[in-house]
Amino acid sequence: MAELHTLTLAELAAGLKSRAFSSVELTRHFLSRIEKFDAELNAFITVTPELALAQAADADMRIATGTASRLTGLPLAHKDIFCTDGVLTTCASKMLSNFISPYDATVVGRLKQEGMVMLGKTNMDEFAMGSSNETSFYGAVKNPWDLAKVPGGSSGGSAAAVAARIAPVATGTDTGGSIRQPAALTSLTGIKPTYGRVSRYGMIAFASSLDQGGVMGLSAEDAALLLQSMAGFDERDSTSVDMPVPDYAATLNQSLKGLKIGLVKEFFEQGLSEENIKPVKEALTVYEQLGAQLVEVSLPNLPLSVPTYYVVAPAECSSNLSRFDGVRFGYRCESPRDLMDLYTRSRGEGFGSEVKRRIMTGTYVLSAGYYDAYYLRAQKIRRLITEEFAAAFQKVDVLMCPTSPTTAFDIGAKVDDPVTMYLNDIYTIGANLAGLPAMSIPCGFLAGLPVGLQIIAGHFAEAKLLNVAHGYQQVTDWHKRMPERYA
Amino acid sequence: MSLTRENIAAIAHLARLAITEDESAAYAGSLSKILHLVEQLNVANVAAIEPMSHPLTGMVQRLREDQVTATDEHEKFQRNAAKVSDGLYLVPKVIE
Repeated sequence: MAELHTLTLAELAAGLKSRAFSSVELTRHFLSRIEKFDAELNAFITVTPELALAQAADADMRIATGTASRLTGLPLAHKDIFCTDGVLTTCASKMLSNFISPYDATVVGRLKQEGMVMLGKTNMDEFAMGSSNETSFYGAVKNPWDLAKVPGGSSGGSAAAVAARIAPVATGTDTGGSIRQPAALTSLTGIKPTYGRVSRYGMIAFASSLDQGGVMGLSAEDAALLLQSMAGFDERDSTSVDMPVPDYAATLNQSLKGLKIGLVKEFFEQGLSEENIKPVKEALTVYEQLGAQLVEVSLPNLPLSVPTYYVVAPAECSSNLSRFDGVRFGYRCESPRDLMDLYTRSRGEGFGSEVKRRIMTGTYVLSAGYYDAYYLRAQKIRRLITEEFAAAFQKVDVLMCPTSPTTAFDIGAKVDDPVTMYLNDIYTIGANLAGLPAMSIPCGFLAGLPVGLQIIAGHFAEAKLLNVAHGYQQVTDWHKRMPERYA
Repeated sequence: MSLTRENIAAIAHLARLAITEDESAAYAGSLSKILHLVEQLNVANVAAIEPMSHPLTGMVQRLREDQVTATDEHEKFQRNAAKVSDGLYLVPKVIE
């Protein structure tokens, strides 16, 4: 039998079911790998070994007594943006560095109900604001493919943990690309579902009209397996959509013959060299061989998605983060002179520089006299972009383009220039603005670093996305490559 | 649009953020760059376009029955507070 960490989540589920190994054995294996490798990766903020082993023992009981679900006994890691009852939940911020959540996020609660085993909480950009995992109060995360490079962000800890096989699967969140971009930079399969598909309850808010939880795993099959239990209506999230969750596994193997793939003209023209686009173009050829048809589509306002996002997201962030006041929870400054001093110093000292930058950007664009020029205009362009996507999906089943303009870059290379950093998300932000489901899947390497192919579908077409990704993964093996150091 | 350090001080006050002199200079530069990026939005023709605040159009705000659904757990919640006394959150004196 192959070493446990080299197996996919689906293979591990089969192994638990056939009693090839127990959940306690499986959990010990991953905990020992965390122990061995996390000092160099910095993928975890908190590791919860006692809790994990207790949950694993419970899972083994359920398996023994025939009350197990498909996910019972499988270990996972949660991004530290999800509230976990009784466990430190920091959002990678000094502001929450002492916050023991008094409740579980719906996503956490559902997977706990299934009997999954939580290994710990993963590192991320502070409050999910970043594209390189360098804004964390707990330090930068390293890319398992090259420890001098960033893993992408904001779900960089989840990405590094799964890519290094110190966790078999992890949750992530995606506001402007925070699941897809790190998935691309670490050779993982990541899915951001339709806005409203996965509950945001207990998922610490960044930009509420854009945030969506999802999965980072080793294959489309694994993503389908976990998403099946994460998705679904939650009355505690007022924007949760009350719609049945289809059986994602049932349609994974549908033929891709006749699939219409739209190639976003604006994205293939913009900022990518012939050399860098090669793996993506090769992937498109594979889809043609599977019977798909390539059609060029144009979304003329899509290049405006980055400036639109950098009005909408900071505006919502400045509003959401006003709850951190140093009074009810979170960091409080030493010896405040008066209430104003308490607020301003607790916030000034508790937030990192990128978070403060976004709060101030948001405060400015919402302030009197500027609201119409910035926020209202951005919301109008958001509609234009959304309508262009809708028109494209009248003609094609899915859209494809690169996930990220570059492969993983050096740690420190872009930290001093926020605008250059923001442009990392040029291909991913559109799906957030329009609320569309989107994935990144591994499609090759450039100079030893992973490249991702992005697939975008219409609202609630997660099953189609997973089917399209799975079809490719049946005839290619990029998603099976792992960094040698962690093999 | 270029922001001065005075602009930054005013924004920081609105946002209730204490920032240092060094931070203020850095933010004047980086916020100006961000606003420059955002100026690209001026090229689009947005006349007669409805602003969009929710990514799924046609959704209505869901309401629930007005009944008690949560139990009193203030002791548990207040464990995360910096200063609490008799179930109350303590802050510096507001009224003399």
